[in-house]
Amino acid sequence: MEVRWSIFLIILGSALVTFIPRVLPIAILSRVELPEWTMRWLNYVPIAVMAALVGQELLMPNGKLKPLQNNLELIAALPAFIIAIVTRSLLGTVVAGIISIMILRFVF
Amino acid sequence: MNISDSTFLREEHSFFAGVRDCLPTVLGYLSIGFAAGVVEKTAGLSIVEIGLISLLLYAGSGQFIAAAMIGANSPTLAIIFTIFFINLRHLLMSAAISPYFRHLSPFKNILIGSLLTDETFGVAMNEAASKKWLSEKWMYGLNISAYLNWFIANIAGAFFGEWISNPEKFGLDFALPGMFIGLLVLQMVSRRKLMKDVIVALCAVAIVVGVSLVASGSVGVIVATIIASTIGMAVEKWK
Repeated sequence: MEVRWSIFLIILGSALVTFIPRVLPIAILSRVELPEWTMRWLNYVPIAVMAALVGQELLMPNGKLKPLQNNLELIAALPAFIIAIVTRSLLGTVVAGIISIMILRFVF
Repeated sequence: MNISDSTFLREEHSFFAGVRDCLPTVLGYLSIGFAAGVVEKTAGLSIVEIGLISLLLYAGSGQFIAAAMIGANSPTLAIIFTIFFINLRHLLMSAAISPYFRHLSPFKNILIGSLLTDETFGVAMNEAASKKWLSEKWMYGLNISAYLNWFIANIAGAFFGEWISNPEKFGLDFALPGMFIGLLVLQMVSRRKLMKDVIVALCAVAIVVGVSLVASGSVGVIVATIIASTIGMAVEKWK
């Protein structure tokens, strides 16, 4: 039940280097009027970052490219995508994905 | 403005509306936070240290790496530097969300930005798709629910981790990709530029895979976001 100095320093340091990129843009950019092309660029950031995260999670879990023929996660992603498009429910999508992968892992 | 109008507005922008909109992410946060707690405990962190890291660092991928590197006795500066790179993608998300909080003071913007995560960013941008600005109270409701949920999940993982030996059997590890899929699709259907969004998304996937093969995964996400967004901007301009 103790906090070691060395661990505390690691936590504090990593918290600080995470805090700065989190707050700097929102604190500064919300002050200034951005040029139109910047706004247009920023407009695509949510799509790009989410797609990159999805791609990474599905295609290369653990940092290595997973062979397509035994990538159950990729198959489970299909019902998740369909449920997301049809129901537009975040919770529904998560549940559909979990149930799909559970069934797939049980069967294969 | 009549009474029903004002209650409607209050309802839509209230703290509790933000709490409600956070609920779909709870399952994902719980499973990832729980896993983080287990990994941190295994790396030798005490419960208080786990509580501190979940509250101060408050970032899933960063905490996993921290636990792994602490477990491997890596030097302090190496750990901090690695986490800086892994969490650098927040820079882009913070910039993308900034136009919706123009009406707030810098201090409030810092307060909101400090609790920015992949998931709260996704939910907020989803909400922002049909709006010019986002409600301050709504954002606090979203942020604080996610924050507390994360803390509780970490502590629960640290306490009960040894009892659940195989969370993958129940598919719980799929909560994270499932949530990212949901956030991506919901973004896309709420915008009126499906073709361009699909192009940007496919580019981002291709780039993240390519870059992650030669560099680290976190560099991959940053490079993919920058290039794919630029492609989106170029396609829009060029058409």
